[in-house]
Amino acid sequence: MKYLLLAYGTEEGWTDEEREACMQESLALCEDLRAQGKLMAASPLQSVATATSVRVRGGKAQITDGPFAETVEQLGGFLLIDVEHLDEALAVANRFPPARKGTVEVRPLHPLDGLD
Amino acid sequence: MVGTDEEIEHRIAALFREDSRRVLATLVRVLGDFDLAEEAMQEAFASALEVWRAEGIPGNPVAWLIGTGRFKGIDILRRRARLNDLQPELKRRADEIEESNLEFAERDIQDDRLRLIFTCCHPAIDPSVQVPLTLREVCGLSTGEIARAFLVSPSAMAQRIVRGKAKIRLARIPYAIPSREDLPSRLDAVLSVVYLIFNEGYCASEGDRLTRRELSEEAIRLARLLLELMPDAEVMGLLALMLLHESRRAARTTADGDIVLLEDQDRSLWDRDLIAEGHGLVERALASGRFGVYSLQAAISAVHARAASASETDWNRIVALYSALLAIHDSSVVELNRAVAVAMRDGPVAGLTLVDAILERGELMDYHLAHAARGELLRRADRPREAREAFERALALARLDPERRLLRLRIGELEVAIDAGRKES
Repeated sequence: MKYLLLAYGTEEGWTDEEREACMQESLALCEDLRAQGKLMAASPLQSVATATSVRVRGGKAQITDGPFAETVEQLGGFLLIDVEHLDEALAVANRFPPARKGTVEVRPLHPLDGLD
Repeated sequence: MVGTDEEIEHRIAALFREDSRRVLATLVRVLGDFDLAEEAMQEAFASALEVWRAEGIPGNPVAWLIGTGRFKGIDILRRRARLNDLQPELKRRADEIEESNLEFAERDIQDDRLRLIFTCCHPAIDPSVQVPLTLREVCGLSTGEIARAFLVSPSAMAQRIVRGKAKIRLARIPYAIPSREDLPSRLDAVLSVVYLIFNEGYCASEGDRLTRRELSEEAIRLARLLLELMPDAEVMGLLALMLLHESRRAARTTADGDIVLLEDQDRSLWDRDLIAEGHGLVERALASGRFGVYSLQAAISAVHARAASASETDWNRIVALYSALLAIHDSSVVELNRAVAVAMRDGPVAGLTLVDAILERGELMDYHLAHAARGELLRRADRPREAREAFERALALARLDPERRLLRLRIGELEVAIDAGRKES
């Protein structure tokens, strides 16, 4: 079962040391998951200030600067993991450093035949 | 054993009542889906009626029902696969189930009930869904009964239960007993659900039947299983609390189903074995130093159980235990109970002052027992007109028929007293 772990938090309010520690710890977690064959993809994201949104309406693309919605907490990174069940995914979320400062949302992937 | 058709029907009805949840719990594990398990179980019971008439009742009917339910589940999946070519995973699932090795040992079947309850009480499920889901799936209450217990419409309740089952399936909440490290945090939700189940059996939401013994026994059985799994002080406390309540079952209602209040109960009817077991557990829980709300409530119940009569009750200790309970669990209902204990210790006027202060805050204004308690204290304080008024408010709010009968009886007695007072003056 595949789960997407979405790390939400405020972009401000991190010291450089905290940010660095978060990256290092996340890297270690990813190494551990990869060694167990449970990591499919993972990455931090550039600031939401770099986001571009696309909407196609009537066949025409509308391109705007910014995220799809202005929120207090932004998506800052993700893990895509393949584990047995929700408890295992929650245990990974528990070890994912952004959970301590913001919120990690755990979303099961909708399986689609022919996609794997 | 070959029985008459009537005997077989009776036996199947009894099995459904007593063991259908056990069968369901194992079928959920075997088939991996709540709705499929429910459907397969219904079909297994239906075919028991036919097969047992011809071949007699099997030696182990529960195992027969589980085995038959498994085949029915596989059949249902294959039927659906034939009807829907676009869903190849249905046939795949049916094949997987057929090939899997199954454990039907008694211990596994017992564990399945724990798996079921931990799954229904999983923290990834909203609390407003955990409780009804457990009552539906673990205890087999109907959606209508649960809806009444929570004062929502049956369709809203059905939606909640559907939402819970969908979350379990789509997010793949494991059908498992939590690991040791997760167990403490997972236990609290389970305990409150177990206690709600007990209360559903002890003061059922149905209008005219106050007690539904099997539900309370179910809750006690679940608590015993939990205790086996984890000798936690609060599991002991909860089990003790339920055993001590249960010990009074024979004394708390008349043959007609009327309520007998604690102080009026024939204490020789109390079940001494349950009391002894409850006492032992309370002592172990309190001695552990890790006790909480259930252990304290059980300790209060144990003080009552020890007293030879209401007047010989150690009210001082009960007030102290309620104060300790309030310190860890701030609740108006606990405060109300403490006020009643104070009245028993210091007289009705002392209790009334406290009850009025609680009611003034407004939270318990719609709680019938708050008005009933106030009425009782006013009656004892020799203020019959105000007492009647309070009982009338309680009557307007009460939903259980036995409670309503008791309140009407009190109002009638007070009217006689008021009339007599009028004649005297």
